[in-house]
Amino acid sequence: MAEIPKEEYLEKCTTACAGCTSSLTLRYVLKAAGPDTVLVVPACCTSILQGIYPNTAFNVPVYNIAFAAAAACASGMSEAFASMGKKTNVIVYAGDGGTIDIGIQALSGALERGTDFLYICYDNEAYGNTGMQRSGATPMGARTTTTPGGKTNAKKDLDRIIAAHNIPYQATATPAYPKDLYEKVKTALATPGPSFIHILAPCPPGWRIASDMSVAVGKLAVKTGSWVLWERKYGELSISSPSKGAMKKRAPLRDYLSVQGRFKGISDSTVNELEQAIEKNIAQLAKEEAGEC
Amino acid sequence: MNDPVAMSRPKKGAAGMTGSWRTFRPVVDREACNACGLCAMYCPDGCINEEHEIDLDYCKGCGICAQECPKKAIKMEREER
Repeated sequence: MAEIPKEEYLEKCTTACAGCTSSLTLRYVLKAAGPDTVLVVPACCTSILQGIYPNTAFNVPVYNIAFAAAAACASGMSEAFASMGKKTNVIVYAGDGGTIDIGIQALSGALERGTDFLYICYDNEAYGNTGMQRSGATPMGARTTTTPGGKTNAKKDLDRIIAAHNIPYQATATPAYPKDLYEKVKTALATPGPSFIHILAPCPPGWRIASDMSVAVGKLAVKTGSWVLWERKYGELSISSPSKGAMKKRAPLRDYLSVQGRFKGISDSTVNELEQAIEKNIAQLAKEEAGEC
Repeated sequence: MNDPVAMSRPKKGAAGMTGSWRTFRPVVDREACNACGLCAMYCPDGCINEEHEIDLDYCKGCGICAQECPKKAIKMEREER
């Protein structure tokens, strides 16, 4: 791990819950980005975990903005820095609600305009900050406070929506594999034009897991194929090494579901549907990597 | 502090002494530790330094270090207050 810098850009300590993987993600995002970075944060857990005014735990400038406006704000910021001749990194760090549901029009617009920025969606598969209400990212069968019997709709396929914009760099990651995450943020920031990283961030209180299990659950998501790590550079897809092994021999999906309280009592038919969705996704990604579609 | 707009500044302990949240404290067995650094890599709050010493003023006691330690050199012991 010698190449990952020792500098920390988060002061001890944030108000994040114990075992928060969003906090862990942000550590590596900021290590990759360095001090010349501005974070744009819409309403999400990250707007809370900065700390209490007039203090903040974040050692980089942060601009807190309304839910729907993050990507639009970053567009303006990026243009302003460019006109001043500055090479400051503009990073939007948004949750799944602020990306997949509420912020999607501003994001789509910014991607279409070719804004030079990095958009990171850290996905805990619900509105965690307000008490775990369902979002478009909640997977089928997961119990949230607004889907007490388990969600009946499938998770919105954000990555294929983003892919339709044909942006220069797109990737998926999870902080259970910090080196992979670090390298993807580095590559994204080195690529001119818009880039997008979708990060699975297991949430101990929301997913009903013990705080020490959040990293282990992230690894299980990759090993069962529920979360596939890949990157797409200028349209060329490559599956990342942790997922390569998982795709050869997948761990049973039940291993991933049974450790999480939110999937308690999930029906066999829902597990089958999830299993089929995973198989379809993996088959499509494998085809694309082989250049068959 | 004559900021033109309301603005927060970086400070250690912006969220208070988060060590008080802990119900279990991590205790490192130096004999078993092989200094691989995985605990420091996975600590969400960056509370473990290069010497693998844990900052108990801020450690929230999540237990990820103990869970991820390949040598099982970290034990979570109940806090007595």
